[in-house]
Amino acid sequence: MSERIDQRRAGVERAPAWLVVASAVALAAVIGAQIFGFRTSPPDMAMGDLQKIMYVHVPAAWNAFLAFFVVFWASVVYLWRRTERADLLAASAAEVGAVFTGLTLLLGSIWGRPTWGVWWTWDARLTSTAVLFIIFVGYLALRSFTDDPDRRGRWSAAVGIFGALNVPIVYMSVRWWRTLHQVQSTPETLSPAYRAALRLNGLAFLLLLIVFIAWRYRAARIERRAELVAEEAALQGSGLHV
Amino acid sequence: MSVRSEAGRVAAVAWKDLTAERRSKANFNAVLFLAALMLLMFGFALGPDTATLRTAAAGIVWLTVLFSGTLAFHRSYQVELERGALETLLLYPGGRSSIFLGKLLANLAFVLLVEAVLIPLATVLYDVPVGRVTWMLAVVVFLGTFGFVTLGTFYASMASRSRAREVLLPLLLFPMLVPVLVAAVEATAALLGGDLMAESGRWVRLLVAFDVIFLGAAIVAFGAVIEE
Repeated sequence: MSERIDQRRAGVERAPAWLVVASAVALAAVIGAQIFGFRTSPPDMAMGDLQKIMYVHVPAAWNAFLAFFVVFWASVVYLWRRTERADLLAASAAEVGAVFTGLTLLLGSIWGRPTWGVWWTWDARLTSTAVLFIIFVGYLALRSFTDDPDRRGRWSAAVGIFGALNVPIVYMSVRWWRTLHQVQSTPETLSPAYRAALRLNGLAFLLLLIVFIAWRYRAARIERRAELVAEEAALQGSGLHV
Repeated sequence: MSVRSEAGRVAAVAWKDLTAERRSKANFNAVLFLAALMLLMFGFALGPDTATLRTAAAGIVWLTVLFSGTLAFHRSYQVELERGALETLLLYPGGRSSIFLGKLLANLAFVLLVEAVLIPLATVLYDVPVGRVTWMLAVVVFLGTFGFVTLGTFYASMASRSRAREVLLPLLLFPMLVPVLVAAVEATAALLGGDLMAESGRWVRLLVAFDVIFLGAAIVAFGAVIEE
């Protein structure tokens, strides 16, 4: 009995080499892109060095949306095919996406205080990002409150798909409601001095997003395996808790 | 599996839920009194200036509907959890979506009945003149309620069977309802204000789009959510 569990435990191998290397590359890319941003871009006329927050805020926002697209796509695949991997991928992407969305909101708020004079304003992009954040916190809460893995997968897939469907509607409704946010920063609307640095940071954050999801996905697989071992142990009547 | 027999199943589920509700009445009365109490509490929180209350009335009424209506959705599935009623219900032939539509209709009737008492009460308490726009207002109320009940019925089918049902339903449901809340409150407020800018039409279209999209999505996804 314990031998078998030891074997399983031995099966939880060390992190694959590519993941460790990719993580180091992503970290180096973020640091490098930040240094590049600080070196190359002059202080903004109106905002001064506050503008540098853009190099974290905007890439975090872009990649948060990308993460939620992954959630949507993996949820559809799960409901279609019922492969456990799709469910675990959706959950991993939702966690990382929620962290990036939180980061976007927090940094936007820190930037908004000196620039707009307020920590928070009821603007369309701000409020819809906050709503998106809460939708995916709800997604994660539902997962943690549902024990049966099959149920958890089906339910959270539905919540993930509904949440993603709602994003454009929420955005449109609050935009009609009120708007004051400055035109969204894309490389095209920026002066060329900032463009390269923003693109570079966007790419660095994309790498970060991928390795974060990969680590979380790996952890989710291991947790799932631990659940199965515990289940098996319980069925055999041993008091093992994993 | 003709359309007619599906419609019969929908009606049967709705009728079953409403009969259970009519015979006990406990839930309806409790929700209704809670809603009336909330109108009073909002009055104490924002009043006693009549002008302030009148401007806030549309928002207060919709929030009250959302908070009190959420309680109704739990019951819709809780009654099924006793003595394996849900399993029996799922064993009947026919599409799963007819169970969803039946429960949707029953919940819709429930919330509309609460509103039928609540809204006249609010117009009295907050001194809102509605004489000229009653019919348009009824359309807005119906469309807003329909979107609310569609998502409420769908999410309650999960939340009621999870470990943390009381907290989970509003946590999942309310952020999804932001477009409904904004559109319904804005349309109501515009109508009450005389709709000088003809703004309510755009909000009504948004409500219709929301209702159609999520009714379709819920019908498609319900089978996967309810299965055991």
